[in-house]
Amino acid sequence: MSVLTPSAPSVPHRPAPATPRRRAGNAVSDAWTLTLRILLYYRHSPGLVAASLIAPLAMLLVFGYIFGSAIKLPGGGSYRDYLMPGMFILVAVNGIMPSMNGAARDVGRGVTDRLRSMPISRSAALFGQTLADLAVSTVVLAMMAGVGLALGWRAQHGVAHAVTAFALLLLFRFVANWIGIYLGLLIGREDMAGQLSVLVFPLSMVTNVFVTTGGMPGWLRLVANWNPISAVAAAARELFGNTVPAMPGEVLPLPLRHPIAATLVWCAVLLTVFVPLAVRKFTTHGR
Amino acid sequence: MSLPHHDTSRDGPGPAIEAEGLHKRFGRTEALRGLDLSVPAGTVCGVLGPNGAGKTTAVRILATLSDPDSGRARVAGFDVVRQAEQVRHSIGFAGQHAAVEEGITGRDNLHLVGRLHKLGARGARRRAEELLERFGLDEAADRLVRTYSGGMRRRLDLIASLVTRPAVLFLDEPTTGLDPRSRNEIWAIVRELVADGTTVLLTTQYLDEADRLADAIAVVDHGRVIASGTPQTLKSAIGTRVEVTLAEADQQLARAAAILAALTGGSPVLDEAERRVRAITAPGRAIALPQLVRELDAAGVAAQDVALGHPSLDDVFLTLTGRSTTDPTTEPSTDPRETVTR
Repeated sequence: MSVLTPSAPSVPHRPAPATPRRRAGNAVSDAWTLTLRILLYYRHSPGLVAASLIAPLAMLLVFGYIFGSAIKLPGGGSYRDYLMPGMFILVAVNGIMPSMNGAARDVGRGVTDRLRSMPISRSAALFGQTLADLAVSTVVLAMMAGVGLALGWRAQHGVAHAVTAFALLLLFRFVANWIGIYLGLLIGREDMAGQLSVLVFPLSMVTNVFVTTGGMPGWLRLVANWNPISAVAAAARELFGNTVPAMPGEVLPLPLRHPIAATLVWCAVLLTVFVPLAVRKFTTHGR
Repeated sequence: MSLPHHDTSRDGPGPAIEAEGLHKRFGRTEALRGLDLSVPAGTVCGVLGPNGAGKTTAVRILATLSDPDSGRARVAGFDVVRQAEQVRHSIGFAGQHAAVEEGITGRDNLHLVGRLHKLGARGARRRAEELLERFGLDEAADRLVRTYSGGMRRRLDLIASLVTRPAVLFLDEPTTGLDPRSRNEIWAIVRELVADGTTVLLTTQYLDEADRLADAIAVVDHGRVIASGTPQTLKSAIGTRVEVTLAEADQQLARAAAILAALTGGSPVLDEAERRVRAITAPGRAIALPQLVRELDAAGVAAQDVALGHPSLDDVFLTLTGRSTTDPTTEPSTDPRETVTR
């Protein structure tokens, strides 16, 4: 019997017709297969996991120990305790980069076309990539937390609150992944995606990640306060118990007064925008 | 909405690929301008044309990656737009890149493709095993694809498109940029597939590739099929190829060209470096070798070699389009249709 075709003429492999239930099952299976693809990739390049720690660790060193030695929070409190949740959020925001580079690489190398020529669920193909990244970033966040603990940072409100904080951070990383996938599909070129990665960092600068926003000029403070990243950072600080007192007379805007709710709203809004955009871009790429 | 059982008798004698009047425009570039194509099941169709002729655009539409602006196409009996999902179950597609994941092993690449085709974890493993062994990649199977040579990557990519035993296989320039040995390996795979009943559509810029692999050739230029048929019909429809090589390169070349023009009714092509003039006889025109030799002699042209023969596919292309496939400089670069579009 021939390996390629069991009998002549060719009898291609043909799954049963797609019922809604089977469709859903196939989508889950596709998502898991594409998760596996990325996890296998990381398994062969474990250095990449460690590499995603480099940027936040470097920031921790620069801001925690160099700038930090001269930074006094306007309302008082330990700057390093304030900074640590900011480093976690940096890990979350940086989720844009691997997704953007990965998606652009897949487009450039024809992997996206190969996937699109196969009978697979469009959204599952992308969901798999974000799922794999979540697994990896859980490890990265855990390593980052280990570094924080070693340096004397503590979650003040107990394990349950800390776990909630990490869940919010992972949720935001998930959001960042979808933004990254959309941008990567849009850019479609690996080299250009690499160049644009640099622009991710300023996104996390105009926030309360490194310093409180109270002392910023008015217009900048407005942008920083309404930056979704600020809400997530504030939520993490609240849950970890690393909040600092506001400046006397400072009125925080709505998202920073209810940072946890604001984080959830921001994530819902961003996902509602970027998931359909990314799936649409993937489906119509080159059409 | 889907046919529960694929009726194989349907693409038995009938065409496995059928395209009618495909049009596709990208911005101001008209990539396809009414492309028609019909490929009988179990045959190899070579789509031949220079860069920017519309080959890739046509293949992308047939492989459901792109939608035509107008016209219709059926692959394995299914409409490529309305029944894209069913088409995807019937086809394999290998594009111009080796679309394999470099950071994982060759075996895992095939395994993942099998899972995406719903072969199940075990089925996908078994299928990967079979393919690796059959196509001689089993020794490299557990190495990262990153360490593969260009030829091995293309081979893996091609094999990945075979995981589901597709009825129709699309290969977009499968051997571009490969060394002769790797090209031979890819050709051998294609021949085996066809022996097994697979229908193959391959695009190529290489005339010898189309000549050796294809049962039928469609010559594409400016988004349209300008000639089609077996390599043999195409060649014999063109006329006789006349080639005169001179002993020395001087103004005799021009004189020889003038004689060839008069005798063949065609337009001679001069190759100064090779001291050669080449012409194809106009349709219905015969040429007598003795007369040619006499006239060259009378004009004082010292010919080293005078040959009549069957035209090559390059001659076919030259005659049909006025451009050589191998000489990109003869393409009018200002023509917007010549830009490569994806």
